[in-house]
Amino acid sequence: MSKALTGITGFDEITGGGLPRGRTTLLVGGPGSGKTIFALQFLVQGAKTGKEPGIFVAFEESSNRVVSNAEGFGWKLAQLQRKNLFFLDAQPKPDLVQAGDFDLGGMLAALETQISRMGTRRIVFDALDVVLALLPDAAAKRREIYRLHEWLLAHKLTAIITAKADADETNSITQQPFRFMQFMVDCAVMLNHSVAQGVSQRNLRVQKYRGSGFDEDEAPFLIGKNGLEAAAARLPDRIGANVSDERVSSGVARLDTMLGGGYFRGASVLITGSPGTAKTTLSGAFAAAACRRGERTLFVSFDSDCSEVVRNLASVGIGLQRYVKNGRLLMISARAITGSAETYLMHIKRLANEHEARCVVIDPVSAWSKFDNDLTAYSVAERLGDWAKSAGITLVCTRLLDQIFGPSEGSSPLQISTLADTWIHMNYLVQAGERNRGLSIVKSRGTAHSNQVRELILSDAGVTLADTYTAGGEVLMGTMRWEKERAESGEREVAEVAERLKHVRLDAEEAELEVRMKALQVELVAKQLEKALLARTTQRREGELSHGRTRIRELRGADTAKPRRK
Amino acid sequence: MSRPATFKFRLYVAGETPNSARAKANLAALCRNHLTGRHEIEVVNVFLEPQRALADGVFMTPVLVKLAPLPVCKIIGTLSQTATVLQALGLEALSI
Repeated sequence: MSKALTGITGFDEITGGGLPRGRTTLLVGGPGSGKTIFALQFLVQGAKTGKEPGIFVAFEESSNRVVSNAEGFGWKLAQLQRKNLFFLDAQPKPDLVQAGDFDLGGMLAALETQISRMGTRRIVFDALDVVLALLPDAAAKRREIYRLHEWLLAHKLTAIITAKADADETNSITQQPFRFMQFMVDCAVMLNHSVAQGVSQRNLRVQKYRGSGFDEDEAPFLIGKNGLEAAAARLPDRIGANVSDERVSSGVARLDTMLGGGYFRGASVLITGSPGTAKTTLSGAFAAAACRRGERTLFVSFDSDCSEVVRNLASVGIGLQRYVKNGRLLMISARAITGSAETYLMHIKRLANEHEARCVVIDPVSAWSKFDNDLTAYSVAERLGDWAKSAGITLVCTRLLDQIFGPSEGSSPLQISTLADTWIHMNYLVQAGERNRGLSIVKSRGTAHSNQVRELILSDAGVTLADTYTAGGEVLMGTMRWEKERAESGEREVAEVAERLKHVRLDAEEAELEVRMKALQVELVAKQLEKALLARTTQRREGELSHGRTRIRELRGADTAKPRRK
Repeated sequence: MSRPATFKFRLYVAGETPNSARAKANLAALCRNHLTGRHEIEVVNVFLEPQRALADGVFMTPVLVKLAPLPVCKIIGTLSQTATVLQALGLEALSI
């Protein structure tokens, strides 16, 4: 089935390509639900390409007002009006007198000349109910609707007929002729503007679409800078197309080490913690690191004003000011945006696209859940993550957790934690009269990561992480860590000194022994010498004695006798 | 009051469709009964002159335009509700 693009982001995805070409679509909505903008955007889309010129038949508002109301959307209506877009003012004048039955034959005849002149392919009848209300009876209304429908089909025009619905009952059209019209047309779209808990929420729903599949659920939409934008609930199959091995720094060197090099590019990072656990600081560090790398970054703050965030982060050595100035960092205070979680999501998407952001920080994402029920908030969070991933945007969200100690799984009302690729939890540890910040990595998909709790220390020099001490199953931080550190270093010193002392003592003993050894050696030499001397003396004396005896014998003249041998 | 003014009418019709035919007949009868000898009627068939219908802002047919005397007034429909038509034309008093 041939379809005509509407140019409405999201709606063309919901319907798989737009409205049925050559057929009629009924667009129903309450006051201020965006019918006219929807219809006009559809014409602009056709006129802009030059292939499908369009006619806007205005039954309610004058065309001048329609044009000036749409001026803010940047549709270049004046330019299009010269050739491919024609407005027909068909408002019944207030002083018009009605006397008896009438029909739309004159208008259709007039339109025919215009159609053949322009080669019109698209047409909008805005607020047909205004004219129908003038007709005297239901039969006449029905007849004119038929006439119009037949005429549209005969001219193969892709048409939108808009009609009002009761503000209270958007889904059931109480006016009889339109109920009948819903059966007649090939496509019916409902626009719904509701307020829940003081939050405005716009939804659209395709009620029927002959000959085509479509997303049947209500889809939120908003009227943005460029017209309508709808949130397509179904996701295109492009997730996973941008899986990257590239790492980006978290802005804290030690944390990068813990994560094995930083976050993955395109990952969704969740930072949870109780109030004041430096979630904003950690996300600010990430933003600053991204800007330092030269990546365009979007920082959405729900809690505080942008200048406050910048100032507060500057106090811990994270300078964002110059990046805001040079335009690399776009800081948005989400207080300026009002609406539902869907509205926020679409705003953030648009801002990120316009800014061409590669990194996005949302602080905190939990601000959403207060506006909506959990289901909506979860689906928004899911789509936020998917969108970031498909766009290759590294997303850092902070989230408030009420409980002070430890993230217990699944307790977070907005179960975004299961969607996050990396989950960092910050908590307080109250010990010995002080409160210290602890950081741990709860999970980090696809990366080896440290299982250690680290102490987060903020100073005017920046954010650093320190080892904690575990003693007796307790984690020590702050002063206690410092005391423990000091005590340990004292012990170490004592041990060192003792060692050295022992060393010296041993040296001394060794020296003493050596000295004694030397003395003994000297003594030994002396003894040896003495012994040698003794031997020599004895020898000489013996020699002298024998010589003396020989001499005596000679002198006595006695015969020589051989000395007896033993 | 001097001589009553002449009424100038322009009736836009969509060919010979039932509503238009009825309007033509009703207007003729009205003029015969109330404006004898002091009326002019121009009939414009929008099927034949669609450009004119577009320019004159005629979208619902039939429609009767009273061009004179001033003020100009427009009456849509078959003109079958005579009282309403006379009131709109300022002819109530005469109809008695």
